[in-house]
Amino acid sequence: MAIRETAASGTADVVVRLENIGLSHDHGRSFILRHVDLEIRAGEFVALLGPSGVGKSTLLRVIMGLVPPSEGLVTLQSRPAQAHRPAAMVFQDAKLMPWRSVRRNVELGLEGLGLNRAERQARAMSALELVGLADRAGRWPRQLSGGQRQRVGVARALTVEPDLLLMDEPFGALDAITRASLQRELLDIHARRQGTVLFVTHDLDEALLLADRIIILQGQPAGVKGDFMVGPRPHEGTAVRAMAGRMKRLIAGEADPGADAAYWQASEI
Amino acid sequence: MNQARSRLLRPALGLAGLAVLFGVWEGAVRGGWIQSGFLPAPSSLGPAWLDEVRSGAWVQAIRDSLTHYLTGLVAGSVTGTLVGLLCGALPVLDGLLSGIVRVLRPIPGLAWVPFAILWFGLNTAGATFIIAISVFWINFYAAYGAVRAIDPDLYEVAAAFGHGGFWARLRTVVLPAASPGVLDGLRTGIGQAWMSVVAAELFGVPGIGARMMQASSLLATDLVVVYMLTMALLYAVTDMLFMLVRRRLLGWQG
Repeated sequence: MAIRETAASGTADVVVRLENIGLSHDHGRSFILRHVDLEIRAGEFVALLGPSGVGKSTLLRVIMGLVPPSEGLVTLQSRPAQAHRPAAMVFQDAKLMPWRSVRRNVELGLEGLGLNRAERQARAMSALELVGLADRAGRWPRQLSGGQRQRVGVARALTVEPDLLLMDEPFGALDAITRASLQRELLDIHARRQGTVLFVTHDLDEALLLADRIIILQGQPAGVKGDFMVGPRPHEGTAVRAMAGRMKRLIAGEADPGADAAYWQASEI
Repeated sequence: MNQARSRLLRPALGLAGLAVLFGVWEGAVRGGWIQSGFLPAPSSLGPAWLDEVRSGAWVQAIRDSLTHYLTGLVAGSVTGTLVGLLCGALPVLDGLLSGIVRVLRPIPGLAWVPFAILWFGLNTAGATFIIAISVFWINFYAAYGAVRAIDPDLYEVAAAFGHGGFWARLRTVVLPAASPGVLDGLRTGIGQAWMSVVAAELFGVPGIGARMMQASSLLATDLVVVYMLTMALLYAVTDMLFMLVRRRLLGWQG
């Protein structure tokens, strides 16, 4: 099995804790996820990496509360702050509501938080400013490019000031140039916001570029097969290359010689 | 510049086509190809229409028919849309009604005429009933189909941002997402209801349909054509008004 605590950051606030999560769609005859244990601490940028179809997005939906787990416990630690949501999600294809203007799309999660119209608008506008789309607030989603739509999706999630930001392969459907610029912007925003991010991807390079911790989800049923602290950016050099090699083998489902100590810190290699 | 020209070109072509039709028609009657007893010449329609207007029958027929039309249209559209939306959104209701829908759906509005007379009599209510039934089904299927075609991911997005309950889903996803389909159904119903008006009035309820029956039994074919064109005009006006509203509501579709 995988991971437990880490001495290095054991004292930091845990934002989300998964205990023995299992998910079955046929009353326990077969499982999609099984024995998933995971802790994410405040301020971490974690990539959830694994082959396509392994259940990464499903795990994200379990954390978000959209899919109830068949077994186990999800604990989401929420700040006592007013007018925010514990978790928010950026979806794969933005999934904006085409009948809402850009600004009204961003306001979606603010409705029901007890804010008045002016407060909602102000918060939506500052989120749009953050992603550089304040001048598109009055447009319809169909008038935006794919990259702009996904920026709106990011603004929609950020504007509820979530304790945990979940991102489900948000840049997977974009062309390479747009993806690269959105990745850069996301790192910028993360550096300024210092929030906690769980980012699903099947792309090792993307995970290495963005995350300071990479978790490998693999197997059938899927479980956590590796947990890598990649250390300070930029993620390059021998140690990171060695770790990347191990990640590749784990993603491919090969037995890893170091599997018993399935927790790696860049400095240890 | 070009856009403005093409926007004018189509209606201009439409008018030209109409002019050709009336020209050929007039020529065929005057040249003796068609006997005026079979088909009145367009030039004879004007005087026939003026007579009808002067007697007050034209305005009265339009007023009667509009009453049937509007009440039947509103009753059928509102109930059809509501039941369709609810069936689309509530699988239990959908299942419960599926048998009833299957039995009732294939029965055309006209087949209800005997019951319309029996239940309501030869009056406004009877005619309204016939119109409402035919409009009901159009709107029912339009609304039902529109709800079923909603991208299920949007429900997930709504739930992720705090709109997870039935009413919240209805408000944030179902109603706006289904609105284009619902409005298309309303538009089809607006046209279909004019056809039903004639059918509903043919059995004797006063209105355009009844006036057409009287005229045809007197072989006043010019009058029949006058009322045919009257219906076409009324349809064009109602459809145009509806499209103005629709464009305003669905700006997001482009």
